[in-house]
Amino acid sequence: MSSESDQAVNEKAIIKCESVYKIFGDNAQKVLASSKGNVNAESFLDAGCVVGVNNASFEVYEGELLILMGLSGSGKSTLLRCISRLTDPTAGNIYIEGQDLLAMNSKELIELRRSKMGMVFQSFGLLPHKTVLENIAFPLQVKGLSTQESIKRAMEMAELVALGGRENYFPRQLSGGQQQRVGIARSLAVEPDIWFLDEPFSALDPLIRKEMQDEFIRLRQVLNKTILFVTHDFDEALRLADRIAIMKDGVIEQLDTPTNIVLNPATEYVRKFTEEVPREKVLKIESVMDPYSSSEEFSDLKVSKDAIVETVAESILSQEKAVAVVDANNEIVGALHPSHVINVLFGGKSDNNNQD
Amino acid sequence: MNIPDKNSKAVQFAILLAVFFILCFLIGPSESNYLWRLPPLLKELPTVINDSVQFVMFDWFPIEVYDPDIEDFEEKPLFSEITRTISSSFLFVITFIREIFLGGTKTIVAFTGWDFISENSWAVWPALPWTVIAGWAMVLGYKLQGKGLAILAAFSTGYIGIFGQWEPSMQTLSFVLIAAPVSVVFGLALGIWGHKNKWVEAALNPLLNIAQTMPHYSYLVPVIVLFGVGDQAAAIATIFFATPPMVRLTMLGLKNISPDIVDAGLMNGCNRFQILFRVQIPTARRDILIGVNQVVMQCLAMTVIASFIGAQGLGSNLMIALNSLKIGSGLEIGLCIVLIAVLLDKLSLAWANKQTDYFADLSFIKRYQFSLICAAIFVAGVIFAYIGRFMFDEDFNYLYIVPHNKGITTAPFWQAAVDWIWDTFFFTLKGFNEFLIVSILVPMKEAYLGMPVVATFLLVMGTAYILAGLRSALIVCGFLLFIAFSEFWDRALITAYMTSFSVIVAAVVGVTVGSLCAQNAFASKVILLLCDFFQTFPSFIYLIPVIMLFGITDTSVIIAAIVYALVPAIRYTVEGLRNVPAVLHDAGSMMGVSRFQRWISIEFPLAFPHIMLGVNQTVIFALFMVIIGAFIGTTDLGQLILKAISDPRGTGIGITLGLCVAFIGLAADQILRTWASERKKALGVA
Repeated sequence: MSSESDQAVNEKAIIKCESVYKIFGDNAQKVLASSKGNVNAESFLDAGCVVGVNNASFEVYEGELLILMGLSGSGKSTLLRCISRLTDPTAGNIYIEGQDLLAMNSKELIELRRSKMGMVFQSFGLLPHKTVLENIAFPLQVKGLSTQESIKRAMEMAELVALGGRENYFPRQLSGGQQQRVGIARSLAVEPDIWFLDEPFSALDPLIRKEMQDEFIRLRQVLNKTILFVTHDFDEALRLADRIAIMKDGVIEQLDTPTNIVLNPATEYVRKFTEEVPREKVLKIESVMDPYSSSEEFSDLKVSKDAIVETVAESILSQEKAVAVVDANNEIVGALHPSHVINVLFGGKSDNNNQD
Repeated sequence: MNIPDKNSKAVQFAILLAVFFILCFLIGPSESNYLWRLPPLLKELPTVINDSVQFVMFDWFPIEVYDPDIEDFEEKPLFSEITRTISSSFLFVITFIREIFLGGTKTIVAFTGWDFISENSWAVWPALPWTVIAGWAMVLGYKLQGKGLAILAAFSTGYIGIFGQWEPSMQTLSFVLIAAPVSVVFGLALGIWGHKNKWVEAALNPLLNIAQTMPHYSYLVPVIVLFGVGDQAAAIATIFFATPPMVRLTMLGLKNISPDIVDAGLMNGCNRFQILFRVQIPTARRDILIGVNQVVMQCLAMTVIASFIGAQGLGSNLMIALNSLKIGSGLEIGLCIVLIAVLLDKLSLAWANKQTDYFADLSFIKRYQFSLICAAIFVAGVIFAYIGRFMFDEDFNYLYIVPHNKGITTAPFWQAAVDWIWDTFFFTLKGFNEFLIVSILVPMKEAYLGMPVVATFLLVMGTAYILAGLRSALIVCGFLLFIAFSEFWDRALITAYMTSFSVIVAAVVGVTVGSLCAQNAFASKVILLLCDFFQTFPSFIYLIPVIMLFGITDTSVIIAAIVYALVPAIRYTVEGLRNVPAVLHDAGSMMGVSRFQRWISIEFPLAFPHIMLGVNQTVIFALFMVIIGAFIGTTDLGQLILKAISDPRGTGIGITLGLCVAFIGLAADQILRTWASERKKALGVA
């Protein structure tokens, strides 16, 4: 598949983790040092330590949305907290735009957070004594902006997340979805380059969650940030992510694009997640098309290689001839036969497994 | 026989009681028998405390101090220099605030000298006309909340002014205005420190326990030694008393902040100070404000008691009135204190809930409306006061300051009412009084005094063991030993008898009333509001009506204690019953239980631990009132503490007695609280 090559194309690593460990416990440092890199949850538990993150190494590229996915206790939030340095990792290195995050003193860290980072929390973390507007303006005021300027900017942000008209409400007067909109607006107020979201939609009702995900997709297109997103919801991860890191017991089991994870689960654990996934909702046309040959006869319909199968399946199935697949520049890059789509929709499972 | 586990505690109790009565029966009064009374091993404690205080004050660490009067350096002990400096700075601030309100020359003297005053007759700081202060209070109330508060402010200040209590009220206010902010700042700082440092918290907790159960009086005694007598000493004693709840509520509030909020603050780039002052403290603001509120209430509660060590103001007037049985004017003054308390309470709450409007694009006049109105009121008040000079023929200018006791007074009316009650119900009241004293109180007192010390220890420790475990039993034993080894065991028994009688009555009445009210949402709301209202009353106020009805007897004290202690009993009962999860009600209804069955077998058992926490509060409240009651003549620990205040070497006795009272309260607290929290855990309602 072509997705690996995508990243290689002159992309810059904004966040870089090298062998990050987070061990909880009084003598975590010692226990980790004596384990010589062989970290095992059970033996650590005997030593009075809990393994939060176990040897996490990965990079997040500029403009990318990487999702950390795992069940509760898998260490995904801990890893995020290490990267935002809300906790200090026990070992390893983290670089933000090439700067060593762990070497920063508190002043540099504050400066970094004030200019480059924004974060959204599961339980919103809004200040109960401040109105919507004051909450959004808070990071700006902390930075030292004047009240007038920060309020003006906060108004824009409130408009951006569709909270116009509720600026003077207090958090307690808002629904969960609206509160999280405030949280999102606040995290974006300083125009950060890096955006952290820690289970932002998990506390919301399913319908609201869907709505907020759509909102998030819209914002992402407008803003173009480097995003690290934590969730326990595999569907959410598939829906939103450029790449997904699936975690279990502090270990990253697999880090890949949604398509590759569904098509080629690396471990048994990952495979269990992918089993129930309706693949037409995940796979892009690109990953199911045939190579382009000029001899082929195409119907009038053209589909983008980035389209999700489900969204175009119906129109492809109404064609008799193969459909041309085009890239962003409208160049034909492949062909897709309606029969192939049927295969994806109804039972290509064994077929995919055979490909491996 | 196989006794079910559930009843084993009842059996243990029965055995305990049996042994207790056997011991009481076997051991007769005898001075030499240690089973009857323990020897006063701690007899020397007061003297030791005295000597240490004297040493620290007058001999320890002498330093060279320049004395401007003799123009030379003098050797003075460090500690007394420190306390003297503190005293004089407090006194200066109090005088300063007081002269803003009432006018005077002392502040000017402080900067110049008496000579300057006598040479320049113009050098007198004029008082703010009372109309100005009343107007300001009204505008402030309106700005902070609206019409309701403005009316309350107008009514309160109007009442105070018209009824001639302006001067003492401002005197009281001037020391509240210094004591309250200092307590808040201290309490906040200690609370924050305790929150940040586990060791500090561990050290603070027992100190706070003792500080909050020590009776008001016993703060006065050491304060006299350290800071002398007068308004400054009163303010300092008040600060000691008002700071602990602030500390406690600050720690509680900071502890309850959701960690996400602090994380969000960190990610927004807050530094340590911004996290503390812009995230943590504002988020914990509800608890902290309750703390501020409590501080204000404690300050006002202390106004009366502080008058024992020379605080001027409403408190000392109330004392004089009560001492000379002028119930009418006592009531009037009491109402002033209540009004000030309620007004400050509401103003501080409204101020806390204030929010800013960023959108209003206001003209100059609108933006500075508040200041302009205040200035206008000032000008108008001064003009009125000036006109007033020519209006009144007598020496008093009622538009400037209503002199003390020259206002309208309703005292004769109240006095007449009291007299009428006395005349009409004399025999009823007297009969009730005599019945209570002769048939209940005296026998009960005798029974308490007739307990051998061993039996008392057995009963209390056994109860502690059965209800709260071995650890509590040992802690309680420690508290009791202190009292038993002091000279004051008999006195403590009298305090215990009055307290326990009040607690029993208050708990029975309170739980009954609370249970009835809890059956109905509206009634619950009303009764909780009433509790809130009565809680703003300074404790001394409760004594006025009972003295009115029962004169100066133990009955008065006990009834005041019962009424005062009712408030927590009712509040906790209602809260406990209302907080029983609705799903249990539904489950009960679906099983077909009647309303009464539901109350007996579902609501009450679940709410019981919380109700017991209420009883715990009832004990503390009753204890306080019983001690305060010493003022109208009881023969318990309180009386001795009161005596110690006027004794130049009373510090040691005062502190020892204070600790005795505190330990009675803490022993009850230890048993009830431990039991309640374990029971709550067992029921899963914690």
